Amino acid sequence: MTDVTKSDLPAVSSAPRPLRIGAIPTGVWYAMPILALLVFGFLAPMVMVALYSFMPRGSFSPWGTPTLENYVDIVEQNFYISFGWSLWLALLSTALLLVVAYPLAVAIKRAAPKRAVILTVLIVAPLFVAENIRLQGWVLFLDKAGVLDGGLKAMFGVETGSLVTNVPAIVFGIVYVYLPFMLFPMILGLANVPPDVREAAADMGATRWRMFRDIELPLAAPGILIGGLLCFVISLGAFSEAKFLGKGVIVTVAQDIESAFTFGQNWPRGSALSVLVILLAGSAVFIAMRRMDLEKMLGRRG
Amino acid sequence: MAPETILELKSVDKHFGGFVAVDRVSLSIAEGEFFTIVGPSGSGKTTLIRLLVGMDKPTHGDILLRGQRINDTPAHLRPTCMVFQSLALFPHMTVGENVEYPLKCRNVDKAERRRRAEECLGLAHLPAGYYDRPVTKCSGGERQRVALARALAFDPEILFFDEPLSAIDYRLRKTLEKELKDIQRETGKTFVYITHSLEEAMIMSDRIGVMRSGRLVQVGSPREIYKAPNSRFVSEFMGEVNVLPVTPANGKLMCEPLGVAFDPPPGEAVRAGSLVVRPEDMRFVNGGPPPNGVIEGEIFNEYLLGSRVQYQVRTRGFTLLVERLRDAEQPDRQIALSFTPEDSALFPE
Repeated sequence: MTDVTKSDLPAVSSAPRPLRIGAIPTGVWYAMPILALLVFGFLAPMVMVALYSFMPRGSFSPWGTPTLENYVDIVEQNFYISFGWSLWLALLSTALLLVVAYPLAVAIKRAAPKRAVILTVLIVAPLFVAENIRLQGWVLFLDKAGVLDGGLKAMFGVETGSLVTNVPAIVFGIVYVYLPFMLFPMILGLANVPPDVREAAADMGATRWRMFRDIELPLAAPGILIGGLLCFVISLGAFSEAKFLGKGVIVTVAQDIESAFTFGQNWPRGSALSVLVILLAGSAVFIAMRRMDLEKMLGRRG
Repeated sequence: MAPETILELKSVDKHFGGFVAVDRVSLSIAEGEFFTIVGPSGSGKTTLIRLLVGMDKPTHGDILLRGQRINDTPAHLRPTCMVFQSLALFPHMTVGENVEYPLKCRNVDKAERRRRAEECLGLAHLPAGYYDRPVTKCSGGERQRVALARALAFDPEILFFDEPLSAIDYRLRKTLEKELKDIQRETGKTFVYITHSLEEAMIMSDRIGVMRSGRLVQVGSPREIYKAPNSRFVSEFMGEVNVLPVTPANGKLMCEPLGVAFDPPPGEAVRAGSLVVRPEDMRFVNGGPPPNGVIEGEIFNEYLLGSRVQYQVRTRGFTLLVERLRDAEQPDRQIALSFTPEDSALFPE
């Protein structure tokens, strides 16, 4: 038997040392592309919008004398009405989405793996068609002499008339379009509810309602919160639903922003409205995130 | 004493499609008994306990709790409670909230809940100071105690356990096994425990039921199961044994590979099968008339098993196991082994 000296043995690996190229850790290099994208594609436009919002009316240069007149105009010229509509639509749609998506999320979570995949594909499939086209499809279906109205008339002599051009139709559109954004975070949230914890609660005598309130909801809360936040923030900027299904019955803030930038030719006003929307969405995210434990949400702690 | 039957199973079956997970199990468990169902994984014991707790329904047969048929009573309406293998503690609650949960479900008022929770924490040997601790901050052993306290707070007629100690390290497990038995004595509750560890079953149980392929193959006290296993499966499941294949020859049992004939165990007819002898029942023959056929062999290995020593003895074509107390005198390398017919068991398989 030969002697084995320490140098013959494979080196025992120590804790991984962070790799560096020059003075910059490799992690930072890897983050460079996304950092560049975020700086030029996200941060820079936001700064521009913020700058423009303090420029005099109708100005096309961001370097004029700062003024608050655009914000005053929003209040005085009743632009806050569109702002209010957007906020109300976002709140209502988010609430409806919570109610609609929850049972569906529970069903998918409990379905056998194969069925869960089929259900998921069915829900994702419409996303492959552009939102505007889907909404136009609904208009063709719901409008006067559309598929529903015409079909019922031809078959039973009943008429529904036009079911579009109203606020409920807009809310329906928002709920329809944003369902996946509520559903998938919710399913992730429900994954944090272990089946045996539910069984244990049932075994202890918990009724369905009690189980939902005491066990499912608190454990799935992070996912539900993320879904709610996502839906609230994106429906705040909803645009096409009001345009197509509402046909102008109301004007949302996103439409106001668009018209300020296009035929209104008033960039500072559009910017001021944008800043308000950003502030509202940002504070919703900020408040929600502060109440949430990200570690817990990702299932790292249980 | 004739304790009342609390739980009775009448030919209970559970099928999953064509698979029979529980096969015609009949059993009655007495009030205040510590009954353990033991079996290897896949023997159907978890399925059986799920039927008993009410998380699944039997395909055929009846489950009676104090004479009442409870087949279709769901878990949340049964006066029984289970400690899960995973413990299934509520991770977002404190120790106190966990233990109080079954009381909350019954709308017990706050002060009374707290009083009961502290009482149950005490029973489970957890200091009252743990009341406000989040369960996520508890160690493995502490979580076991929380799960037990929670189940005790439910005050069930029968407390079921689904291998809760399997993930705990050896020494703590030994401690908890004994504590569990103490708690059972102290509370006088009926405990039904399932485990794959016969050692665990032996320590705690008043009676043991051994399961194999969905069937209950033997029910008896730990002593009965150990001393008088009714099949080769049970005897082998109890621990390491010597199995000698035998065939009838001249009114004796002939073990061909050894070339040695043995007397059959008392009351057994001479027939082909397996003669099973426990390692501690193997005797060294040194002088005096041997109790049975003598096997010549050579010790080639020995293992210290705590208070006992196990010898591996190589014989003609066989390796036999012999166990002695550690302090017994050291045997020679070349030895002769035998056993009394009473210490052997003959099984047809």
